[in-house]
Amino acid sequence: MPKRKAIVSIRECVACGCCLKVCPRNAISIPKGIHAEISRELCVGCGRCAAECPASIIVMEVVDR
Amino acid sequence: MNKKKNWYDYLWIFSLTYLVLGFFNILFAWLGLLCFFIPLLISIINGNKAYCNKYCGRGQLFSLVGGRFGLSRRKDIPKWMKSKYFRYGFLAFFFAMFFLMLWNTYLVFAGAKDLSKIVTLLWTFKLPWHWAYHGTLFSDGAAQFAFGFYSVMLTSTVLGFVTMLLFKPRSWCVYCPMGTMTQLICRVKNKSE
Repeated sequence: MPKRKAIVSIRECVACGCCLKVCPRNAISIPKGIHAEISRELCVGCGRCAAECPASIIVMEVVDR
Repeated sequence: MNKKKNWYDYLWIFSLTYLVLGFFNILFAWLGLLCFFIPLLISIINGNKAYCNKYCGRGQLFSLVGGRFGLSRRKDIPKWMKSKYFRYGFLAFFFAMFFLMLWNTYLVFAGAKDLSKIVTLLWTFKLPWHWAYHGTLFSDGAAQFAFGFYSVMLTSTVLGFVTMLLFKPRSWCVYCPMGTMTQLICRVKNKSE
């Protein structure tokens, strides 16, 4: 199984916070109200945020370990 | 997997109550100013979108109805709807309509116009709303503002509801004028620091 991580398109993010509400690992924060930030260390690639994002601007990317 | 709920996870009750109260006494519409000033103050003072992220009852209502109750197709929102042009354009349009509403309120305050007991939906459809008006202790202008402000709130709820059905539950958040405005404030504030 290749590892996946959630990646936010920060240019398109509206900073609504839907993603941070569903993240089971609390890996997401919106520190400055401009865009979401996902911790690479905490993200387990479950894809909940990507499914929830109303703008559909979070994608799951395969990372080599 | 369920996260522990916080007190602010129930603010959707406030949003729902607000909409219902407007059917009984229009003067309750004034309470909606909270949904304007709180997010603005949070973004101006703290430079973040904690309102959208945590407290927005409107968003919670959409995620409850569209998410939990499943009244949503859960499709991607069209590209143009998340573009900067549309988001800022909608903000500008919303602002213009808001000031038009304030102008009408002023005219009633000044006595140049009579109070019209209607709620205007989608800036076009005039719904009779006299049954929610039982007089006002203040000027007729105070009631006019209530009708105008409730029109704004009802219109945005209807728009949000339609995009909830068509796209993802909280699609409204993508083009919500308050969200766009607070994000803009955060951009400016955090750049200058």
